[in-house]
Amino acid sequence: MEQLLEILRELHPETDFEKETALVDHGILVSFDIVMLITRIEEEFDVVIPAKDITPAHFNSAKSLYALIASLEEQDD
Amino acid sequence: MLFTSWAFLLFLAVLVPLYYLVPKRVQWIVLLLANAVFVGFAGLTGAIYLTATIVTVYLATRAIDALFRKQKETIAAMKATHTKEERKKARLGFERKRRIVLIACLCVNVGILFVLKYGAAIGRLSASLLHTPAFGQELALTMGISFYTFSSIGYLLDVYRETVETQKNPFKLALFISFFPLLVQGPISRYDILGEQLLAPHTFSGERFLSGALRITWGYWKKLIVADRLLVAVKALCARPQVYCGDFVFVEMLLYAACLYADFTGGIDITIGIGEWFGVTVEENFFRPYFSKNISEYWRRWHMTLGEWFKRYVYYPLSVSKPMRMLSQKSRKLGVGVSRRLPVYLATLLVWALTGVWHGSNWTFLVWGLLNGIVILLSEECKPLYARFHARFPRLTESVFYRGFTVIRTVLLLSSLRLLDCYATVKDAFGAFFSMFTTWNWGAVFRGGIQSLGLSWADYGVALFGVLAMFALSMAQRKAPIRKRIMAHGTTASVCVLLVLIGTILVFGRYGFGFDAGQFIYNRF
Repeated sequence: MEQLLEILRELHPETDFEKETALVDHGILVSFDIVMLITRIEEEFDVVIPAKDITPAHFNSAKSLYALIASLEEQDD
Repeated sequence: MLFTSWAFLLFLAVLVPLYYLVPKRVQWIVLLLANAVFVGFAGLTGAIYLTATIVTVYLATRAIDALFRKQKETIAAMKATHTKEERKKARLGFERKRRIVLIACLCVNVGILFVLKYGAAIGRLSASLLHTPAFGQELALTMGISFYTFSSIGYLLDVYRETVETQKNPFKLALFISFFPLLVQGPISRYDILGEQLLAPHTFSGERFLSGALRITWGYWKKLIVADRLLVAVKALCARPQVYCGDFVFVEMLLYAACLYADFTGGIDITIGIGEWFGVTVEENFFRPYFSKNISEYWRRWHMTLGEWFKRYVYYPLSVSKPMRMLSQKSRKLGVGVSRRLPVYLATLLVWALTGVWHGSNWTFLVWGLLNGIVILLSEECKPLYARFHARFPRLTESVFYRGFTVIRTVLLLSSLRLLDCYATVKDAFGAFFSMFTTWNWGAVFRGGIQSLGLSWADYGVALFGVLAMFALSMAQRKAPIRKRIMAHGTTASVCVLLVLIGTILVFGRYGFGFDAGQFIYNRF
């Protein structure tokens, strides 16, 4: 989780990612950020995020995003 | 049948009572028949194209669904008897078949749209390049084809991604694809949002009817008092770029910004209000767009359903696609920053080129789309610079003055780009834009100039009053939806507001004999 928070903070240092639960709905993460974020996550976690999983529900909080990464890692196993 | 025709009002006057008088289980059939009547009024050709989309999307989604089920059964049966590799091979076989069905259906539907929208333009282009006679002829675009094709493709892709349940009844699917209020100019609706709502039984609610009536009337108010009035002047300005240059172009930018806003949001207000009359919540397409502080924000608040559609079905899949990933890896030698940016930047430009092309086959639209993309990318690149500026001058950048400046800057930037929408050629649009910096003719503008555009001073006065009313309403909407606040004052107050709106339309609206209340601007897209 800490690794993910670091990536998120690189994008938006001003945001408290541990508390924010509407990153997409509040316009903090916009489409541009999301794609950059996916590139970083794929590099760091060695997972592939498919297009169908790019939804506000998955990207609205660090917690939901981490859950997505964990489920993708599980699928790979 | 135009929204602004008496025939349409009569159509609604018959349909709404009928919808609530029939048994609830057949309400959706009444809506479907209403769609057929609405489409039938627009002509047989349009009905044929629409039917082709419904049939092909229905067959494709049923086939994809069947392949999913067969895959699950087959893989389950293979579990005890086959190796993991063999099961993977079988799964890939099913995936390939689904992809073939998907691509075939996409080809048919995008193909229809492509031929209708761009056939003649491609004919003209090839003729000019190859010096041969032009092939293809201008085909009349059928009503709402860009909107229902996109909604249908969205549903098809959602089924392919297994994010929605497949609709097994072709008539129920037909109801979603052909829902008549959306055929005029959208919004581009999603099946998971609209599909079930259209099929659900609805009980009449006087409060909802009144609320819907307020929204519809406000839509007509904007369209008939502001949009149709200002469009006369905008058309006159665009028709003679050599005469109306310099400061006339600045006037045109402002008039077109107000006109397009009143026209498009007015049409969507009518659509959403009609939806409410049938108990259906149609997606919002605008969120006070002219209050945006930059162009990216503006595009998240203007024609939101088109932006969402492109994001969901083109931008994200393209950005994370295999070729983009490979490109990103190959560009690593140019630096990490470049390799990370390349897929995003390419996808952004492609999506903006497509957004431009979606609006029409003219080169002006492609250039408009690409310029929007370039401005967005430049703003992204300048973000660190902005951050430094904000950190250096925090009091200034948090002031109302600075926020006002960013809003005005965004409106002017967008209005400049929209000149490409006004003129017939890219050359005319750029010529008009640059003439603002070389020709100073405010004198000519106010000494008879703007009176020669088909509107009187009284017309400009009414339009200005309309613009101020729209502005005031947008400001008021910041706290809470204005309709809720009106409705909270009770039925009598709401009816009074409704009557005032209708009264002002009757006095100041452009309608009736001698006027041609036009089609909505976005209907041509």
